[in-house]
Amino acid sequence: MNQKTETSGIWRIIGASSAGTLIEWYDFYIFGSLATVIANQFFPKTNPTAALLSTLATFAAGFIVRPFGALVFGRLGDLVGRKNTFLLTLVLMGGSTFAIGLVPGYDRIGFLAPILVLLLRLVQGLALGGEYGGAATYVAEHAPPERRGYYTAWIQTTATLGLFVSLGVILLTRHSLDSNLTESIRKFNDWGWRIPFLISIVLVIVSIYIRMKMDESPLFAKLKSEGTLSVNPIKESFGHKLNLKMVLLALFGATMGQGVVWYTGQFYAQSFLENVCKIDFDQSRTILIWAILLATPFFVVFGGWSDKVGRKWIMMAGMFLAVIAYRPIYGKILQLSDTTQTQSAIVSSVDLPMKTTAFGTNGDSLRISSSRKALANGFSYTLQQVDTIRLHSVNNHLAATKIVVDKNPDKETYLMLVFLIFLQILLVTMVYGPIAAFLVELFPTKIRYTSMSLPYHIGNGIFGGLTPFIATLLTTIYTADKLVGLWYPIIVAAVCLVIGLLYVSNKIDPDVND
Amino acid sequence: MKLIKKYLGIVWMALGPLAIYFLVSTAASEIRAKPVLDTKIQWGVFVIIFIPIAFGIMLFGYYALNGEYEGEINDQP
Repeated sequence: MNQKTETSGIWRIIGASSAGTLIEWYDFYIFGSLATVIANQFFPKTNPTAALLSTLATFAAGFIVRPFGALVFGRLGDLVGRKNTFLLTLVLMGGSTFAIGLVPGYDRIGFLAPILVLLLRLVQGLALGGEYGGAATYVAEHAPPERRGYYTAWIQTTATLGLFVSLGVILLTRHSLDSNLTESIRKFNDWGWRIPFLISIVLVIVSIYIRMKMDESPLFAKLKSEGTLSVNPIKESFGHKLNLKMVLLALFGATMGQGVVWYTGQFYAQSFLENVCKIDFDQSRTILIWAILLATPFFVVFGGWSDKVGRKWIMMAGMFLAVIAYRPIYGKILQLSDTTQTQSAIVSSVDLPMKTTAFGTNGDSLRISSSRKALANGFSYTLQQVDTIRLHSVNNHLAATKIVVDKNPDKETYLMLVFLIFLQILLVTMVYGPIAAFLVELFPTKIRYTSMSLPYHIGNGIFGGLTPFIATLLTTIYTADKLVGLWYPIIVAAVCLVIGLLYVSNKIDPDVND
Repeated sequence: MKLIKKYLGIVWMALGPLAIYFLVSTAASEIRAKPVLDTKIQWGVFVIIFIPIAFGIMLFGYYALNGEYEGEINDQP
């Protein structure tokens, strides 16, 4: 009976922690997923100052401020308690997300709009930096020692599920504003994008209510009652050599590689499908949604397994597989989406309305003629011919370029793409499932929140968060190889793998009550 | 194994300045090639945030070279 009560207690704790963390991730992702739509509302590219704010809002808050959030809220968590700190991060995150949905556009309030959005983004990034450490520490400090990996793995599912929910809400909103899809998308781009931001407040209120009813972590409460709390957690975490060397080991031997594997599987994969392979907006997202849905249970599988075999080998196996498999996996994705590779015949071709866009001031224009092609196997795509028309030039018609966009893969190709993204998310579950337990066991209770948050957020926010950006940047520098972007996660994961294999211990700390 | 862990510390220490050199030279050439505000911000941010991390790996290497991580390997759960 007693054990049953204990078990129901831990599930209540996991439920409350996970719900809040999931919503924080949801809040964080919707901005990234809607960055292009939002940019048109708040950051007109014609104005250089607004463009600068746009770059900072989308680029800086996404990763730079997260380690600072880890320091600020980590310190707070070690000084005043886990429960109150991650209650505060939830309020800040939810409040700023809701507020983004209310900020009037640039056309109504001018520069105040991008400034407000940038400030709210910074608050979001800071809050996210403080959230994860609190939730992971809180669950781990309640969990029985022999099941710590299993229970904390539930927290690990929240980032992926947050992405899943954000993709789902965006797709649903984008399709439901009008019975005509084109009109629905137009309405979404105009004002409908605010809905995913605004509805998050309902979820946040529910989470706050649940979290308010939770008790403080028993280990933190014990330290508090004994009067042995840390006076200066930041100094103790990074000023003492014994702890600092563990912080460095956690970063270079675990979280750095975990971060790049995570962001490659969940973000670069989507960006690659959409921008390199030119898969249609909706399909590139549903492919990711299916892959996430199928792979998410494995967070718990690998977290639970790490209670038996140790955290290290599962994480290292995930990094090793990522290092050797990324190029073959992405090569296959590229091949599957390449319309010149298909042997299937074109069965229909429908011409779409021609579009002419003026550029410059001398009357030059771009003329885009498109036709929708359907192949016998069900694969369809739009072939665009782009002509540059120069009004006042002898050579007034430059050679046309042909590009293939909006690809809708046939069923077999679609399923294969889901499988290939699933494989990548499976690697994510290997490196990410056991890491909360690994980090919690590495540091003592009184400075745990601070110590584990910083390497986690440098690994994830900086090494991981930069993955899509650096990978895309590499493809613009070395244009001959479409897979060149993968060298960044491969090299970072390989260095982390070597350090992790050599220096990280596989020992499970049976007692985190220290 | 202890010797490998110890002497690989030199490699980790060397990675720091190597990363800084690569980063700064790439940033300079990218900014020269496309001197717009976005490029300057992005590469400026890269340089600012990765330099402390490069110092971090040098410190990690220094600790490794001094045998601070010996005894960390324990393959038994």
